[in-house]
Formats: sequence, C-alpha cells, structure tokens
Amino acid sequence: MTLQALGIEVVLVLTGLALLLLDLVTPPERSRGLGLAAAGVVGVLLAYSLSGAYAPAEPLAAFDGRFVLDGLAVFFKRFFLLAALVVLLLSVDYAGQFGVRATEFFALTLFALAGMLFCASANDFTMLFVSLELITVTFYVLTSYQRARTASLEAGVKYLILGGVASAVLVYGIALVFGAAGTMRFTEIAARSAELQHDRLFQLGFLLVFGGLAFKIAVFPFQVWAPDVYEGSPAPATAFLAVGSKAAGVVLLVRLLGGVAPDLALKWEKLLLAVGCVSILYGALCAIPQRSLKRLMGYSSIVNGGFLLLGLAAMSQAGAAAVLYYLAAYLFTVLAAFAVAAVVIQAAGGDDLADFAGLGRRSPLAGAALTLSMVSLAGVPPLAGFIGKFLLLRALVEQGGSPGAYGWALAVAVLGAAIGFYYYFAVIRAVWWPREATTQPALPLTPVAATVCAACIAGMLFLGIYPAPVWEAARRAVAALRLG
Amino acid sequence: MSPLTQIILLPLLAAIAVLFIPRGRVALIRGLALAATAAAALLAVNVLLGYDAAPAGPGGYRFTQQAPWVASLGISYFVGVDGINLGLVVMGALVAFAAACVAREITTRQKEFYFLLLVMTGGILGAFSSLDLFFFYAFHELALVPTFIMIGVWGRGDGRGYAAYQITIYLTVGALVALLGLLALYFQSGAETFDLVALRAHVAVNPLPAAAQHVIFPLLLFGFGILVSLWPFHTWAPAGYAAAPAATAMLHAGVLKKFGLYGLIAVALPLLPEGARAWLPVLAWLCLGNILWCGLVAVRQQDLNLLIGNSSVAHVGFAFLGIASLTLLGVTGAVIVMVAHGFLAALSFALSGALRTQAGTLGLARFGGLLARAPFWGAMLLVALLAGCGVPGFGGFVGELLTLFGAWRSLPWFVVAATWGALIIAAVYMLRGVRLLLHGPAPADAPPFADLRGPGVKAPFLVLLFGLLSLGLWPRVLSDRAAASVAAIVAAATQTAPTGPAAPAPAAASLR
Repeated sequence: MTLQALGIEVVLVLTGLALLLLDLVTPPERSRGLGLAAAGVVGVLLAYSLSGAYAPAEPLAAFDGRFVLDGLAVFFKRFFLLAALVVLLLSVDYAGQFGVRATEFFALTLFALAGMLFCASANDFTMLFVSLELITVTFYVLTSYQRARTASLEAGVKYLILGGVASAVLVYGIALVFGAAGTMRFTEIAARSAELQHDRLFQLGFLLVFGGLAFKIAVFPFQVWAPDVYEGSPAPATAFLAVGSKAAGVVLLVRLLGGVAPDLALKWEKLLLAVGCVSILYGALCAIPQRSLKRLMGYSSIVNGGFLLLGLAAMSQAGAAAVLYYLAAYLFTVLAAFAVAAVVIQAAGGDDLADFAGLGRRSPLAGAALTLSMVSLAGVPPLAGFIGKFLLLRALVEQGGSPGAYGWALAVAVLGAAIGFYYYFAVIRAVWWPREATTQPALPLTPVAATVCAACIAGMLFLGIYPAPVWEAARRAVAALRLG
Repeated sequence: MSPLTQIILLPLLAAIAVLFIPRGRVALIRGLALAATAAAALLAVNVLLGYDAAPAGPGGYRFTQQAPWVASLGISYFVGVDGINLGLVVMGALVAFAAACVAREITTRQKEFYFLLLVMTGGILGAFSSLDLFFFYAFHELALVPTFIMIGVWGRGDGRGYAAYQITIYLTVGALVALLGLLALYFQSGAETFDLVALRAHVAVNPLPAAAQHVIFPLLLFGFGILVSLWPFHTWAPAGYAAAPAATAMLHAGVLKKFGLYGLIAVALPLLPEGARAWLPVLAWLCLGNILWCGLVAVRQQDLNLLIGNSSVAHVGFAFLGIASLTLLGVTGAVIVMVAHGFLAALSFALSGALRTQAGTLGLARFGGLLARAPFWGAMLLVALLAGCGVPGFGGFVGELLTLFGAWRSLPWFVVAATWGALIIAAVYMLRGVRLLLHGPAPADAPPFADLRGPGVKAPFLVLLFGLLSLGLWPRVLSDRAAASVAAIVAAATQTAPTGPAAPAPAAASLR
C-alpha cells in the first residue's frame, strides 16, 4: 500500500544517491552520461505515471495519512516529472558552463524533484514544510552552481536570505495553526474549518502560511527575489525554478485554499485578488525596460503568478482547473524560452536581447521556439497560453456576476495582458528584426537541444489546438476539492 | 467539408507551406500567396453565387459545418454564412487577393511578410465565418497580431514604432474587453454554449436579466467599438494606417476592422435587446463624433494617408448610425456600408501605397497634376475620392443613404447632422484631395511618379473597383440576401419580451 503510493519518490531518491556514488568512479568527462541516465530514469517514471497502472481509482495514503495520492497529486506529479525531464536534458547540454563537475547538479535536480512530488501529495503541515524545505535547500545550491560567476553566487545568496525569511514566516504560521487547531493534519483541520475560520490565531497562522507559499510562486509582496535570481542562476536551474518551484507553491495553495480551509479562503477572496492584481501590475510595468531575457522572464513570472492567484481567488472548480491548465501551458512555454536562452548563453556568453539578434536566421528552430514561447505568453491563438488565459478569464467572469472586486481584477488582468504584448514582442523583434545589423554565424543546436525545442513547440501547439484532453484531466484533478 | 472551411484553411495552410520555402525563392513564395488568396476569393465568389440555391441550415445559416471541440466548455468549430456575413467573407477574400498583389512593394524579408499576410487572411476569413463565439474571437486575435508586427517591421515613417505600439495596446484592450463581454454573456445566458445559433434560440425564450444586459452591452459596445475606431477611441487608426504597409492597411482598415461592427450586429443586438435600447442612444451621439469630428479633422490633413485614414474613421460612423437606428433599413444600410467601405478603404490605401513607394512621400502639397501625368492611377484615385464623398453609383452611396433613411424616424436630428457630414464635410476633404493631387500644375520639386503599367499591376485595383461598382449599381446582390437576416435580428432586438427572473440565476460558488 505505502510502497505503491511512494514508488516514484523512492526510486527518485535512490537514483539521486546512486548518482552521487557513481560520480566517485566516473571520470569527469563522462559525467554527462550520468545526466542522461538520470533523465532516462525520470522519463521511465513519467511514462509509468502516465500509464493506467499508476493513477489509483481511490486515493492512496502513506505515512499514516500524511501523504496522499489523489487526482490532484497525480496531475502535478506528471507535471513535475515532465518539467524535470526537460530540465535534466537542458543541463546535460549546459554542463560545460558550470566549471565544476555536473553530477551533483543532476542529483540535486532529482532531490528537488522528489521534494516537488512530496509537495503534490502533502496532506499534513509537517509534510508540507519538509518537502518545501527539500526544494528550497536544493535550490540554494542549484542557483549558485556556477561558482566562478559572481552573478550566480549573488543569486544564490539572495535566494538563501529571502528563502530563509520565507521559511521562517511559513514555519511561524504553521506553529500558530497548530496552536489553534491542535493538529497538523489537513483532513482534521478541514473537518473543523467551519469553526476554526473564526479563530484569530488560526487566521493569522494561515495568513503567514500563505505568505510563505507566496514566496514560492513569486507574488507580491514576496516577489523581489525573482528577477535577480532568475538572471543570475544557470539557465536550467532558472527553468526549474520558474516551472517546478512555482507549481509546487501552486499545488499547495490549491490544496490549502480549496481543500483545507475553503471557508477562510472565501472570506479572503478580496485579499487574493488584491495580491494577484498588484503582482500583475508590478511585474508587467517592470518588465517593459528589461534587456536580459532571463530577467524579463523573472518579471513575467511575477505577472503569471498574479494570474494564477486570480484563478485561485475565483474559488471554483472552473477556476482551479483553469489554474492547472494555465500551469501546463506555462510549462512548455517557459521551458522553450529557457531552452533557447541556454543555447544562446553557451554561444554568446550572455542573454542580453542583443545576443538574440537575428536568432531566427542563425537557428530557425530555436528562433521559432522562442517566438512561439513569447506569442504564447502574450496569449495569442492558437497557442497554449491563449487557452490558459481564456480559461482563467472565463473562471473570473463566472464569479463576476457580483461586480466589485472581480470587476477591478478583470480590468487589471486586461491591462496586464495588454502590456504583456509590449514586452514579449520586444523579444520577437530582437529575434527576427534586430535594430543592429548582425553578422553572427549560424548557431547549430545539439540533438538534445533540438529535441527539447521541438517538443516544447509541439506541446504549445497541442495545448492550444486540442485542449480537450488536458482540460478534462485538470477538471478531474480538482473534482475532489471542496469548491463551488 | 463546407466551402467556408476550405476558404479559411487555404491561406493558413499556404502560410505553413511558406515557412518551409527557402527565403531566397521570393517568386515561389509570392506565387503561393497569390494562388492561395486567389483560390479563396474564387471559392468565396462561388459561395455568393450558390447562396440562394444552398439549403438553409440551423438558424438560417447556409454552408454550415459544425464539429465539437471542447464539449464540456460548450465550444465547437461552427461556420456558416447568412446575408450579413456573406458580403464580408466575399469582400474579405477579394481584398486579401488584392493585398497579396500589392505586397509586391515589399522588398525586404518577403518570406515573413507573406507568412503574416496569409495568417492574417485566414484569421479574418475565419472570424467572419465563425458562428461559435470562441472561434469568432480567437480567429480575430489570430489576425490582429500580424497587423502589429507588420506595422512595426515593414511600416514607414518615423512614427511607426509609436504607431505600432499604440495600435497594439488599443486593439488588445478592445479585444479583451469584448472577450469579457462575450464571457459574461455566455454565463448570464445560462445556455452554457458559445454556439451563436443556440444562444439566440435560448435567449429568445429566456432573455438575460435586464441588469446584466445593462452591464454586458457596454462591454461589447466599447470593446467592439475600440476595434472599429469609435470616437473617442479612434486615435490609433489614422496614425496606424499612415505607418502601415499598404497591404496591411488594406486588410485591416478594409476588412478586419469590420469585425467589431459585425459583432455588434450579429451578437450584441439580438442577444441583448434590453441593453441595446439603453445604450444605442449613446452610440448615436458617439457616431456623430466619427462623422463630424473626424471628418473635420480629415479636412486639415496634409498627408494623403492621414486623409484616407481619418475619412475611413468618419465613414464607419454611418455604420454605427445604422446600428443605432435599430431599423431594418438602417441595419441593412450598415451591412452595405461595411462591405462597400471595405472595398473603398482597400482601394484608397492600395493607391496611396503605390504613390508612396515611388515618390517616397505622401505630402499633399508636394504633388499636383497627377491625373495628367499618371492617367490610370489618377483616374483610380478620382474614383476612390468621389466614392468617398458618397457619389451615386458606388456602394458607399447606397449604404449611407439607407442608414440615413433608416435613422430618420427615430433619430431625425442625428440624420440632419450626419447628412452634413456625408454631403458637405466629406465633399470638402475629398475634393480638396482631388484638387491638390490630381489637378493644377505640379510644383517644381515634385517627386517623380510614373503611372502603373501592366495588367498584373493594375489587376488588384480593378478587382476592388469592380466590387465597389457592382455593389453600387446592383446593391440587391447584397441587400436582398441581407434583408431576411437583418429582419430577424431587428425583430429579436426590438421585441419587448419580459425580462427578469425568467433566466436561471448565474452559477455561483456553492459556498456563497
């Protein structure tokens, strides 16, 4: 029973440990092989998770109910495995930039992945905290992995300090919640949420927990770290941070707001809307003058965190399902952008928009991937991002029958989306129509990079043209939540 | 497969094919674009010819095709034409062909330009054929984005960067506001479908609550209105068109812009009758802003493109007036104005594009006597400018006359004002253009300009002129077919059905 529920996580942790051991007997020049092996294991696990054998008909529990394998968990585990697979492939190519042996990077990626998988299944505040810390601590190392680069070290230090503060806030909140409820278990708190919602102590605790998670998804007022850390970290680490770490925060928020304390979350819908709106405006306005793609993606990440929060604030099945779809679209879109960024950084040494000049001619596939990624982020059909935004707005309008806060949120969402066209199109312009004439040579892609780019393009188009399967999966995943 | 699906797919498939042609093979790329748009235009004309014989499908639409897309969201791929969008599809396909011809002036990065042109064409034709509100919106968005890029990259003049961003922000906001209105409509109707025909049938029995209509109608009015350059949200249009390459201005000012008008007629009026009654008087006032204000602005322009751009903004005012009248004559007139103005705007921008390519400037004071120096171009411009002031024989005359007649009973003073705009102001700015450009001696430093020669160069102009003339001389080709569809819409919009609790309450979160 327990082993069936925990199978993937166990295999992952063992693989990570095995990598560290194998590193002792593998010559440095062969360490890329270890990365490919790790990617292979993740790929097999992904295939297993997608097969019918994995998803249980009834939720499975482990660790005395602290770990649960339900529809929501399965959806997010597939998500995390896919993201980690792409990130591992990216880092195999990127290993030359590290300046040190890359095996630890692969192993840490696996440990972070394990943390994310535990997050998806966390059904208890202890599990929540431990799995989040597993992610955060591994990312302290991943962000500063390019030890020779000051920017990378700076990113690691910033992430360490701000992450430490966020963890403190989170653990303080958990303590208060425990003080009020007398239990750490989600199921027990959920059963008493109707009475607990009036408890001031519980409210404060929950607010602090929300703050700790807001750090993960990079929304106001815990968003300051994102641009700096995104810019300084190695591209594969940034990609994993943007997709995996953010989604880990989202799955926990979905479970907490939708499953554990929906009564309290409903009372706070205006707070959620306000935080979402401020994040969207802050990110969108700050993104306009950016010249570094990774930094731009950092601000874009704040905007998208805001959009996700708006979807959660709708507090409906449609809103939660839209959030899941939005994340799925975000996965392919963001990974495409970082895959191209990784390629360009290896060739040009930087990710200023000028380094992308004429990319469309130097490497048509990379140019297409980055262009489609930006178009998808802007929300243009027929790409994934359009459907994601459409579903989110749909969920918000559904709640907009009572105007007021939702009316303002919709106005901000429209404004944020419109500003998005401005800065995303600046990237497209650099790729195809640089202001400066460029004479840079062709940029051949490695087979791995080409595969990643092609797969991300296929994913963006698939989610944009044929949304039905993933949308139905997202709806099933949130069906068990206590939402309207 | 419905011929409409073929009309939409042809340009889109050609666009994908263009991606795989090496960029050096410009002739092949251009040939493919011409072939795809020509085939789409022929198919569209064939739809027009076969319209009466085709069996009427759901909702009176013909050539329909429906396939589920996301069943749980109530979205399906659903295309069809009735008398209202028939003219738009045919006009759009013809203008797209003409635009592809005129794109000869593009001399850099042709591959990307033709790709975007074909995507835009597919999006336009899809938007006007779609009977599902989701696809209606998505196709429009698909067509809109190439516009921004084309202006930003191939645009001309120092202000092109600013113009591109202005048009991007305005139109994106307009489209998103309209999307919010459509989504609100979808939820408040309680029909849980984006199918326009099903929505109309549902709303006929269960009207939306009046309070909801009063909120949703302005969302659609201003969302669509921004897209059609409704005064005072029109400032993007003249600047954007002045900077745009000719083919882009033709497709946007001529065709894509009509999306908002079509949305108001086909979606907002029949589904939100109560909201329409409350808000159409506002539209009547605003349309005077288009007709009079923008007309007066056009009088002062020193640049041919700005003159055409402002007059184009003024002309759509008549379509707004026809809609605001909410009569059979008025709305039919609006339908004809939309199609006629499409041909006219495309012809005007094609002509100005030809002049700019050779002369490098469009300053009115720089030219003179062009009718004698370039007889074909001059004659075409004369025709376009005369059609612009509503001379009989051209489509615009018929449409504007109908809107004025239709509005007379309910909005007499507005008609008086609009007639001034149509007959006096339009005549002043158009004839001023004729005098400065075509007549009189050329200034000593006039830039060189050789007449258009060769059947291939003249073809797009003749196609557009043919459309303009045939609509003017034989308006029944469109008005007869439009009348039945418009009658149904006017009847739905003017019915005094009880509104109130008949509609089911919108779905609310169970915990509320």
